[in-house]
Amino acid sequence: MTTTPTSARPAARRTRGLQASRTRVALLLLIPMLLVLAAVAGYPLLRTIYLSFTEYNILQDPAPKWIGLGNYWFTTEDGVGLGVLQIPEWWQSVWNTVKFTVGSVLLETVLGLAFALIINSKIRGRGLLRTAILVPWAIPTVVSAQMWNWMYNDSFGILSQWGRNLGLLQAGESFLSNPDTALAALVAVDVWKTTPFMALLLLAGLQTIPSDMYEAADVDGASPWTQFWRLTLPLLTPALLVALIFRTLDALRVFDMPFIVKGNAPETITMSIYARQELILNSQFGFGSAISVLIFLIIMVFTAIYVTSLRVKFD
Amino acid sequence: MKTVLTTLSLSLLFAAASQSSAVTLTFACDSVGQGYDECQKGANAWAKQTGNTVRLVQVPKETDQRLALYQQQLGARSADVDVYMIDVVWPGLVGQHLLDLKKYIPAAEVNRHFPAIVQNNTIGGKLVGMPFFTDAGVLYYRTDLLKKYGYNAAPKTWNELATMAQKIQAGERKSNPRFVGFVFQGKNYEGLTCDALEWVSSFGGGSIVDSSGKVTINNAKAVQALQAIQGLVGTVSPSAVTTYGEEEARNVWQAGNSAFMRNWPYAYSLAQDQGSPIRGKVGVAALPAGPGGKPAATLGGWQLAVNAYSKNPKEAASLVQYLTSVQEQKRRAIEASYNPTIASLYKDPAVLKAVPFFGSLYDVFTNAVARPATVTGSKYNQVSDAFSTAVYSVLTKKSAPGPALKTLEGQLNRIKGRGW
Repeated sequence: MTTTPTSARPAARRTRGLQASRTRVALLLLIPMLLVLAAVAGYPLLRTIYLSFTEYNILQDPAPKWIGLGNYWFTTEDGVGLGVLQIPEWWQSVWNTVKFTVGSVLLETVLGLAFALIINSKIRGRGLLRTAILVPWAIPTVVSAQMWNWMYNDSFGILSQWGRNLGLLQAGESFLSNPDTALAALVAVDVWKTTPFMALLLLAGLQTIPSDMYEAADVDGASPWTQFWRLTLPLLTPALLVALIFRTLDALRVFDMPFIVKGNAPETITMSIYARQELILNSQFGFGSAISVLIFLIIMVFTAIYVTSLRVKFD
Repeated sequence: MKTVLTTLSLSLLFAAASQSSAVTLTFACDSVGQGYDECQKGANAWAKQTGNTVRLVQVPKETDQRLALYQQQLGARSADVDVYMIDVVWPGLVGQHLLDLKKYIPAAEVNRHFPAIVQNNTIGGKLVGMPFFTDAGVLYYRTDLLKKYGYNAAPKTWNELATMAQKIQAGERKSNPRFVGFVFQGKNYEGLTCDALEWVSSFGGGSIVDSSGKVTINNAKAVQALQAIQGLVGTVSPSAVTTYGEEEARNVWQAGNSAFMRNWPYAYSLAQDQGSPIRGKVGVAALPAGPGGKPAATLGGWQLAVNAYSKNPKEAASLVQYLTSVQEQKRRAIEASYNPTIASLYKDPAVLKAVPFFGSLYDVFTNAVARPATVTGSKYNQVSDAFSTAVYSVLTKKSAPGPALKTLEGQLNRIKGRGW
């Protein structure tokens, strides 16, 4: 009777010691990963934030020169605004990006959901359909962007041909060349390219819904329409929200496709293209970094809105 | 340990020794038109002569994209590329990362080239590039169509061009719905800066920023020039001309779908090539002038430069010397209509036979209007970008010429800041 507590105590101590050593080992194993993360994510981020407070032309200046918030807001004695927040091109690019994001993500979600429902139902050739739908997503963006660029070409592009046949375009005009339709034309390319990704994410969500729920709904006499609104959609919401966040963040930092198709035309310039123009083309690392930091902040705000207002749970 | 070190240093020595006897140079040359092939031919000839190897890299088609790439490499002091082909407006931008060629190429050879270009390539007493070929905008026209519609000479003014293009386009459209009157470079990039400078300058509107550094672009003549060109877009020029670079314009023209084209001389030999639909129907003239102005052509052209961080500066300079020599420039002029930078070649019978307009347009090539690259220095790219964006907004009819130039003036002053 008296031996029990004495033997239990060392055992407990042993477990605690074991746990502590396990934590130590875990930490040791984690350190390389943390170091890598700090090197590839932490350092560039901190460096960008630092550079955004400096004036630094990589070609001319030997080292960055601290100017505080000058890259963000600076008015000269003559009343000329030099900060990025005072520059209309920046706001134009923000506005373009937001329009692009809202348009493409909305269309991709609706179409992606439709595709997911179709390939989730028991139709013939489902496997083939699932593979086929992935083709646009599998093609590298550079290739598909150039492909669409040619399809939009005013002299030999098929889309311009269709536009002329429908009476929407004059000879020598294309959907891309008209500043009023250029952004919509880019949204179309993005929708074509990324709807499969959306469909795939939503398909994964659909497959987690147990089929016996639908059987029960059938027994209760619920119509397919009611089943969709009362069963599918609520149960799909978590997957839908994750997909929405993914796409929104991607669309907000879109660069490659619009850049290849339209270059830095003012009506379609996105935030990332503007940042590249200042960072790389004009080699202004300080000013360009300030733009990058702003893009980072804007994306963070969007994420915060999503996560809080929709109460997304990541677990 | 000692043996390891000895073998290591020995093998390093061998590597160094073998490198000094025959090296591999990396060469970032051209990609517009037949540029890549012509660079390859020249580089191969040098390689054969010297026993070295030249690896040509694929470069972006548009000059801005090339600059973006090279600025990153040079800014990072990378030795990846030994020889660069650089645009006439770049010496001020990237010059400090380029080798002084004076130490490698004899003065007698340098002095054979047009002094203005050598001057342009000299930054702070350093010769950062050897003139490779020069360029100026020219007007291409279809000799057969001009004759068909009763004209016997190329247009002298922009108004004349509009009238002629209108008449030819209306006539040709009956059988070819794709036919347009006039194509040029209207995409928002450096090419549009060149085209627009020609319009503005030919109306007497100056050159964006004057030689003292004052922003001069907001003037009545410049407004008139942009008004005239804006009127062409959507009438005789396709609206989609705002998506065209050099090659897009040439594709339309060379397919036989345009009466006039503004482009650089390289397009001539391609249009006259075997199998070109417009072979033998190509005329070249100076660009039209505005009312009371005189024709203006923007000075273009490319230089060969050696990366200051190159591991093989001697061989790289030798390649540059070979490619910019009289014989190689002559070959390139005859085979691909690249303008030489050596005056005597403009009187060479073989060159004039291959490219007849080199003789008649000699003045155009030697009196071309320079972009304000020297005065704006390291900020040239921002200036050019602001200018082309403003012109682009006029061409796409998003803004009227007057307000666009007024906004541009403010922007340029902002870029200027405390000085160029």
